[in-house]
Amino acid sequence: MAKSIDVSDLDIYYGDFLAVEGVTIPIAARSVTAFIGPSGCGKSTFLRSLNRMHEVIPGARVEGKILIDGADLYDPDVDPVEVRRQIGMVFQRPNPFPTMSIAENVLAGMRLNSRKLKKTEASEIVESSLRRANLWNEVKDRLTKPGSSLSGGQQQRLCIARAIAVQPQVLLMDEPCSALDPISTTAIEDLIHELREDYTIVIVTHNMQQAARVSETTAFFNLAGVGRPGHLIEYGPTTKIFTTPENPATEAYISGRFG
Amino acid sequence: MTSHAVEGTHRPPRSVGDRVFPALVTAAGAVILVTLAGVALFLTYEGLPALTAKAADIPGADSFAAYVWPLLYGTLLASVLALLFAVPVSIGVALFISHFAPRRLASSLGYLVDLLAAVPSIIYGLWGIFFLAPRLVPLYDWLAGHLSWIPFFAGPASVTGRTILTAGFVLGVMVLPIMTSICREIFLQTPRLHEEAALALGATRWEMIRMTVFPYGRSGIVSGAMLALGRALGETIAVATILSVSNVVSLNLISSTNPGTIAANIALKFPEASGIEVNILIATGLVLFIVTFLVNFLARAIVGRRAEFSGAN
Ligand SMILES: Nc1ncnc2c1ncn2[C@@H]1O[C@H](COP(=O)(O)OP(=O)(O)OP(=O)(O)O)[C@@H](O)[C@H]1O
Ligand SMILES: [Mg+2]
Repeated sequence: MAKSIDVSDLDIYYGDFLAVEGVTIPIAARSVTAFIGPSGCGKSTFLRSLNRMHEVIPGARVEGKILIDGADLYDPDVDPVEVRRQIGMVFQRPNPFPTMSIAENVLAGMRLNSRKLKKTEASEIVESSLRRANLWNEVKDRLTKPGSSLSGGQQQRLCIARAIAVQPQVLLMDEPCSALDPISTTAIEDLIHELREDYTIVIVTHNMQQAARVSETTAFFNLAGVGRPGHLIEYGPTTKIFTTPENPATEAYISGRFG
Repeated sequence: MTSHAVEGTHRPPRSVGDRVFPALVTAAGAVILVTLAGVALFLTYEGLPALTAKAADIPGADSFAAYVWPLLYGTLLASVLALLFAVPVSIGVALFISHFAPRRLASSLGYLVDLLAAVPSIIYGLWGIFFLAPRLVPLYDWLAGHLSWIPFFAGPASVTGRTILTAGFVLGVMVLPIMTSICREIFLQTPRLHEEAALALGATRWEMIRMTVFPYGRSGIVSGAMLALGRALGETIAVATILSVSNVVSLNLISSTNPGTIAANIALKFPEASGIEVNILIATGLVLFIVTFLVNFLARAIVGRRAEFSGAN
C-alpha cells in the first residue's frame, strides 16, 4: 500500500525564480520523514512538488526526477489528478470547504473517487476518520453544520480527517499542528504514529521536538540568503541529525542559534 | 474595556473624517429611500384613478385587471425566456474567462463583454428586428411543423419572426454582459485555498469548480440573475421595436399574436394618451414597480436560506 519516493536533483521554479535547487533524497515507504528549516527555504514548495500540486500555480515548474515506487512522477502519461488521489495533502492553513457540512467535508474525497457510497458506509467513514483526527467528540452532535463553523484548530483536524478518509498511500503534511493546542497536537502525533504502519508520511514542521518525536528521518533545508534558492543541507536518521549532525548549519539551527 | 467606563463623561476626540464620513453616507442612504418613496407615492397617487375607472374608459378591456394582466404576463414571459437564454450562457462564458482561458485572452474577452453592456438598447432592438427575426423564421416554421404538440410551439409560425421568443432572445443577449460580469467577478473571488483543497483531493478542474466555485458563488449567481431579470422586466425600446403585439395571454411562443410588455406598452401608448388613459398607463407602471420588488425579495429569500453555508463566514 505505502509507496517509497525517490527524488533526484530536483530544481523548482516559480517563473524565473529558482526557489529550490538540487534536492536529492530517498523517502522510505512506511516511515515518517520530517522537513525542518527556516521560513522561506522552500519546504512547502518541495512538498507540493511531491504530489504535483505546484502545477496549479501559474508559472511553477520543476526540473529533475521523482520516482514513486520506481515510476516517474512527471512522466507525460501520468495524470496529476490520479497522483493526488493517492498522495494526500494537509495544508499549512486549514481549508475545509465552507459550503459543505462537516460530514460532507470528510467525505469530499470519497465522493470524487467513488460516486456511490451507502449511507451506513458513509457514516462509518465519517466517524472513523474524525475519531482518528481526534475531532469526533467535539463535532459528533453537529455533523450537518458547515465546516467553517469550527475553530481554527478544529478546522485543521477536519482537514486531516478529510485527507485520511480516502486512505492515501502517501500523506504530505505542511505544518499540520501550527494552529493546534498541545492536546490536539499530541492527538495528531499519535495519529501519525499509527498511520506510519501503513502509509508514507512527510511532515513539515517548525517544532524541533515534534520532528524528534514523530519522525524516523529528518531533512534540514536552508537558504543562503533572501532571493537565493533553498537547498537540502542534510538528511539522516532523526536521532543522528539531532545529536551529531554533519553540517555546522544544521547544528546551529537545531540548537536554536539561528533561523 | 476600561475606556467604556469613562466614555459617558469623557468622549474621546474623533477626527474630522470620522465625523463627516458617517454623515455623508447616511445622507446618501436617505436620498435613496426618499427617492424610492417619492416614486412609489407618485405611482400610487396617479395610478389610483385607473383602478376605479369606468369600463368604457379602459381601452380594449372592461376592467383595469383585465387590461394589465396580458401585459404583466407578457412582461414575465419575455423576462423568463431571456433568463433561460442568458443564465447558462453567461455562467459558461464567465467560467471560461475566470478559470479556463489563458490570461491574455481572458482579459480581452472580459473587456469585450463589458463593452457589450454599454450598447444602447435601441441598437439591440434594431438588430433583433432586421437581423435576427427574419433568420429565426425557418426555425419557427420547423418548430411549428415538428413540435406543434408542445403548447409553446403550437403555431402557426409568425412570418416576420417578430415573436415573444425573439424578444426574449434579444433581451437575453442584452442582459448577458451584466450577468457575465457579475459571475466572472464572483468566480474569481473563490478562495485559492479552497480550490487547492479540492485539487489536492484529486479533483479534476471541473470537479474542483463544482466543489468550490459554484457553491461559493451561488448567492452571487442568484443576485446576478435577479439584476438581469430586473433589467429584462423594465426593458422598453428593444421590446417595443421587435414585438408585434395583440394583447393575448397564450403559451404559444412562435406565433404573430403575442402579449405585450408593460414597459413597451407605456412607451408605445404614452405619446397619444390623455386624461384617464394616462392614469391607466401609470397604474401599469405601478404594477411593474411592485413586481420588480417582489422579484428582489424572492431573490433575497433564496440567497438567505443557506447563508450559513455561503462561505462568507
Ligand atoms: N506562489 C508562489 N509564487 C512565487 N514565489 C513563491 C510562491 N510560493 C512561494 N514562493 C517563494 O518560494 C520560496 C519558498 O517558499 P515556501 O513557501 O516553500 O517556504 P517554506 O519553507 O514553506 O516557508 P515557511 O516555513 O514560512 O512556510 C520563498 O522565497 C517564497 O517567496
Ligand atoms: Mg511553508
